[in-house]
Amino acid sequence: MTSTPTLAIGVLRSPRTPRPGIVVLASVLVLGAFALAAVFAPFLAPYDPHAVDFSAIYASPTLAHPLGTDGLGRDTLSRMIYGARTALIAPLIVVFASTVLGILLGLVAGWRGGWLDAALGRLFDLVFAFPALLLAIMAVALFGKGLVAPVIAMIIAYVPYVARLTRSLVAAERSRPYVSAYRVQGFGGAWIALRRVLPNVTPVVGAQSTLNFGYVLAELAALSFLGLGVQPPTADWGAMINESQAGLLGGHFLPAIVPAVAVVIVVVAVNIIGEALSDRIGGGMPA
Amino acid sequence: MAPGSAAAPAAVGGSRTSAAVRRVAGKLGGLLLTLFLASLLVFFSRFLVPGDPVRFLLRGREPSAEAVAAVTAQYGLDLPPWQQYLNWVGGILHGDFGRSLQYRQDVTIVIAERLPVTLLLVVMAGSIIAVVGLSLGTVAALNRGRALDRLTLIALTTLGAIPSFVGSIVLIAVFAVQLGWFPSFGSGDGFLDTVYHLVLPSIALALVFIVLIGKVTRSAMVEQLRREHVEVATSRGLARALVVRRHVLRNALGPIITVSGILVAGLFVASSIVEAAFGLSGIGSLLVQSVDRLDFPVVQAIVLLVVTVFVVVNAVVDLLEPWIDPRSTAGDSAR
Repeated sequence: MTSTPTLAIGVLRSPRTPRPGIVVLASVLVLGAFALAAVFAPFLAPYDPHAVDFSAIYASPTLAHPLGTDGLGRDTLSRMIYGARTALIAPLIVVFASTVLGILLGLVAGWRGGWLDAALGRLFDLVFAFPALLLAIMAVALFGKGLVAPVIAMIIAYVPYVARLTRSLVAAERSRPYVSAYRVQGFGGAWIALRRVLPNVTPVVGAQSTLNFGYVLAELAALSFLGLGVQPPTADWGAMINESQAGLLGGHFLPAIVPAVAVVIVVVAVNIIGEALSDRIGGGMPA
Repeated sequence: MAPGSAAAPAAVGGSRTSAAVRRVAGKLGGLLLTLFLASLLVFFSRFLVPGDPVRFLLRGREPSAEAVAAVTAQYGLDLPPWQQYLNWVGGILHGDFGRSLQYRQDVTIVIAERLPVTLLLVVMAGSIIAVVGLSLGTVAALNRGRALDRLTLIALTTLGAIPSFVGSIVLIAVFAVQLGWFPSFGSGDGFLDTVYHLVLPSIALALVFIVLIGKVTRSAMVEQLRREHVEVATSRGLARALVVRRHVLRNALGPIITVSGILVAGLFVASSIVEAAFGLSGIGSLLVQSVDRLDFPVVQAIVLLVVTVFVVVNAVVDLLEPWIDPRSTAGDSAR
C-alpha cells in the first residue's frame, strides 16, 4: 500500500529541531495563557469586544487601549482575548473527534485486514484527494457560513491521517508474540484488539494528532479570513483580520497584525509541544 | 491498493516491460477510480442538503415561477439523480461544466478567464519554494549537527508557522503600504506587470510550504551523505560540489518529488486565500466568491478541478518514481 501523504508527514516530522526543555516549557506557558484568556475572557478583557466607540477610531496604543482600536473603535486587546475562544475550541473539537474516529477505523482496518482494510484504504485515498480547506469550503457552499459545517468537514479530512498511522501500528502489533499468547489462552480477537492492542497504539497516535492542531487552527482561521467561517462582528482572529483589511491599506496595521501574530504564536507553541510529545513517546512512523 | 493490482499477479514471469505496463495500468485504474468516486462525492453532496434542489440552487434569490421552471429544465432537476449525474459528467467530459448562476455564462468560460492568474501565481510560488526550500535543505544537510543546521531548521519551522493569510497581510503592510515597493491590489495588465503584481502574493503563498521541501531535502540528503557510495566518491578525490550534486542530491530527489506532488493541490487551495487578500481575480477568489454568492455549479467545477489536478499530479509522480529512483521498483516488488 503506497500512502504518499502519510509518508510525507513521516518524513516531514522525522528531523526534529533540537529544542531544549525551556522552549517546551515556554510553549506550554504561552498556550496555557491563551487557554486561560479564552476561559476567563469576560473577566480579563478590559472592554466588551463588540463595544463600538466612534471617538476612538484607529486609536494608537495607550494605557486605555494597550493594543489600540479598530475601525469601529473596538478594543483590539479585548477582541483578541475573546477571539481565543473560537480559535482554540474549534481545532480542539476537530483534533479530538478525528483522533477518536481515526483510531477506531484504523484499528478495524489493521486488525481485520482483508476486504474491509482494502475498502477503508480506498475511502481514505478518496478523502486524501480533498485538501482539508477545500472540503471545508465545499461544506460552507452546501450548508452555509459558520463554524459547524467546516468543523465537521475538517474532522472528515483529518480522519484518514490518523487512521493510516493507527492501521500501520496495529498491523505491526498484530504479529507480535503477546497477541498470539493471548490467543492461545483463548481470549477473543475483539478483546485483544480493544483491551491490549489499542492501549499500546493510542499514545503514539495521540501525540502525532496534537501536531494536527496547528494546521486545523490555521485553516479555520483562514476560512474566517475568507469570510466563510465565523461571521463579523464576532471576535475571531480570522474574522478580525478580514474586517481590518481596509484599515491595513490605510496604514492602520495593529487591528490586523495583532490577531495574525496570535495565530502564529499559538501555532508555533502547539507544534513545539506536539513534537516534544512525539519525541517523548517515541512514536513517529513505524519502519 | 490499486484496483489493477488484483489482476497483476496473474501474469507470471513477465519481462521488465510487461511489469512496467502492468504497473502503469494499475496506477491508471486507481487514478480513474479515485476520480470517479470524487465526482460522485462532488455531485451527490448537493443531495445531503435537505429540501428542494431548485430552492437550494436559487438560495438567496427570489425566483419567479418561470425562473424555477427554467432552472429545473436547465439543470434537469426533474430527472432521476443518476440521470442528472450522467448528464453532468458527460458534459464535463466534453468541457461543459454547466452554467454559472451568478455570471449567466458557461462555467468553463468563467473559469478559463481566471485560470491564467492562478497558474502564474502557483508557478511563481512553486519556483520560490523549490529554490529556497532546496537551498535551505541543502545547507542544513551539509552542515548537519552544526549551528548553521540548527539555525536553518529554526528558520524553516518559523516559516512553516506563517499561514498564507498572515503572510499576505504582513507583506502588504511592510512592502506595499509602508515601503510602497509593490502594489497591494489587483493583477495588473500585460505579462511583466502581472508578474510584478504577483511578487508579494507568490511569496505569501510560498512561505508555509518551504518548510515541507526544506525538511524533506535535508533528511533525504542526510541519509545519502551517510551512504558508502558518497564516501567512495569523496575518497576518489572528486570535488565536493560534484559529489553533492551527482551523488547526494541526485539520489535524494525521490522523496523531494513525492512531496512536491502533494504540495501542488495545497498551492491551488491556498491560492484562494492569497487571491482574496491581494484582490486577484483567479480561480481561488472565484471559488470563495461563488460560495459567498451561492453559485454552486462553479463551486462544483472548481472543487473537481483541484481534486483532479491533485490526483493526476500524484499519479504522475508515482509513475515517475522508478525512473528517478530505480531502487523504488525493487522495493515495490519486495513489499
